[in-house]
Amino acid sequence: MGQTITEKILARHCGKESVRPGELINARLDLIMCHDVTTTPAIDMLREHGINNVFDPDKIVIMPDHFVPNKDIQSAEMVRKIRLWAREMGIEAFYELGNHGVCHALLPEQGHVLPGMTIVGADSHTCTHGALGAFSTGIGSTDLAASLATGELWFRVPESLLFILRGKTAKHVYAKDIILEIIRRVGVDGARYKAMEFRGEAIDALSVEGRMTIANMAIEAGAKSGIMAPDQKTVDYVRDRTDADFEIVKSDEDARYEAVIEMDVSGLEPMVAFPHLPDNGRAVSSLSEKIPVDQVYIGSCTNGRIEDLRVAAGILNGRRVAKGTRCIVVPATTEIWKQANREGLLDSFMEAGATVSTPTCGACLGGHMGILANGERCISTTNRNFVGRMGHPGSEVYLASPATAAASAVTGYISDPRKMEG
Amino acid sequence: MKAHVYRRDHINTDEIIPARYLNMDREADLAKHAMEDIDKDFVHKVESGDVIVAGENFGCGSSREHAVWALRGAGITAVIADSFARIFYRNCINNGFLAIECKGIGKSIENGAEIAIDLKAGRLTDLSNAKAYDFTPFPEFAQNILDAGGLLPCLKVKL
Repeated sequence: MGQTITEKILARHCGKESVRPGELINARLDLIMCHDVTTTPAIDMLREHGINNVFDPDKIVIMPDHFVPNKDIQSAEMVRKIRLWAREMGIEAFYELGNHGVCHALLPEQGHVLPGMTIVGADSHTCTHGALGAFSTGIGSTDLAASLATGELWFRVPESLLFILRGKTAKHVYAKDIILEIIRRVGVDGARYKAMEFRGEAIDALSVEGRMTIANMAIEAGAKSGIMAPDQKTVDYVRDRTDADFEIVKSDEDARYEAVIEMDVSGLEPMVAFPHLPDNGRAVSSLSEKIPVDQVYIGSCTNGRIEDLRVAAGILNGRRVAKGTRCIVVPATTEIWKQANREGLLDSFMEAGATVSTPTCGACLGGHMGILANGERCISTTNRNFVGRMGHPGSEVYLASPATAAASAVTGYISDPRKMEG
Repeated sequence: MKAHVYRRDHINTDEIIPARYLNMDREADLAKHAMEDIDKDFVHKVESGDVIVAGENFGCGSSREHAVWALRGAGITAVIADSFARIFYRNCINNGFLAIECKGIGKSIENGAEIAIDLKAGRLTDLSNAKAYDFTPFPEFAQNILDAGGLLPCLKVKL
């Protein structure tokens, strides 16, 4: 009987011919990603247990991003502790300020992610890297400490759900709208413990970046991982960044899925997920009243890549951010910032009355650089709209694509980007 | 052990410990802010040994293990829920902290009820009305981690 891409990758990393959903395995890890918030406790744990070495410094990548540039003394101490520890362990891949960025945008951009890998990261959105055909999942600090020490981790092989996305999206309908619609359909725990595998012509048509937006939000349906088989676009993306060898793994024709969900994206409209769960999606065109926004946030590991900024700048260029609305643009990595600058996108944002920050997770998780006050409302290109996610528990977050967010910045209320033509 | 019941699904780790406190990682510091955005009085109501009872998908969202430490630091010994989000569930086991999955429990127990848990038998009893609820005992590998007091002590044995 055939296997899914997820089962094949996991089998190859635990020395077996095949594995089955529900099986408990100990898998060898190819890549471990650490950031500022979850890594300091892991370092303490390792020291406390007398573990003074990591299994392989070349397979560990450290990307401080949540409270970077350091927002206060405590976060400065956290990053310093990680920096000194990384030196002591001989970990070269430490992305210091100036080469920094939001980890899930930076990790593939810098050529660390290869198809067929097993990747863990001490961050829930580590599922992003499945967009390149890797098994990639988020873990906590204790799992991180164990991974750093041994290069292995236990997993329960997940059941796979297959999402077949047919059709062609209309203008101003993006990867974000597709994943918000999928989460609306399956619910925030609809894929709990499972692997979400995506394929179909709508996936083929997306850039690797767009695919990352979709895989990034698999966790918002409760999934262990999101994954897509590599194609020529994936190979080109990886080859532009690294000479490292990799193997393309794909699902067998007769692979078994717990469920197959088919969806035609042709009729899909720009979506917005209302507070306080990502599955509260509605078509923007269906809103019966104007919903004013105090803040617009364009950035994050979901939608802070160059394509996202091009779309947003395309709408903001030559227009103005509405009076009474603030617009914050956060390019996800240093390279994206530089590219946006070269293309004049940053000028478009600044001339429109938006502000552009250095790469950071920042306000996406209510860290810094754009926190919301009580009663304030934000439309955001990020991935979570939980109570208090971006600041005061009395604030509200609406999730949308960069196009919808930019259109809303222009009008000052949640708006359909299709009405911004001309 | 007294039950603090939250009749809600999808209680997420942002609510259990908001990101504004993630510049700290000591259990005692985090404990002061546990569940603050759901229930401001939570830390004052909890006594050492109490449990939380909730609905589906408890602990969804961010992978922050700080959520487990905040609850444990506040005196909670177990979370009993209809279901758990996977990273939170792993984090609980890895810390030797009890996460007990018991279908339907979120709607069954009254707030403030006294609870008894028999881990080996996989049975939970509401002492206020003597009603019993069965749950699936932990699989052997998870029980081994719990018995060792968490994943790292377990590894140390292996290393």
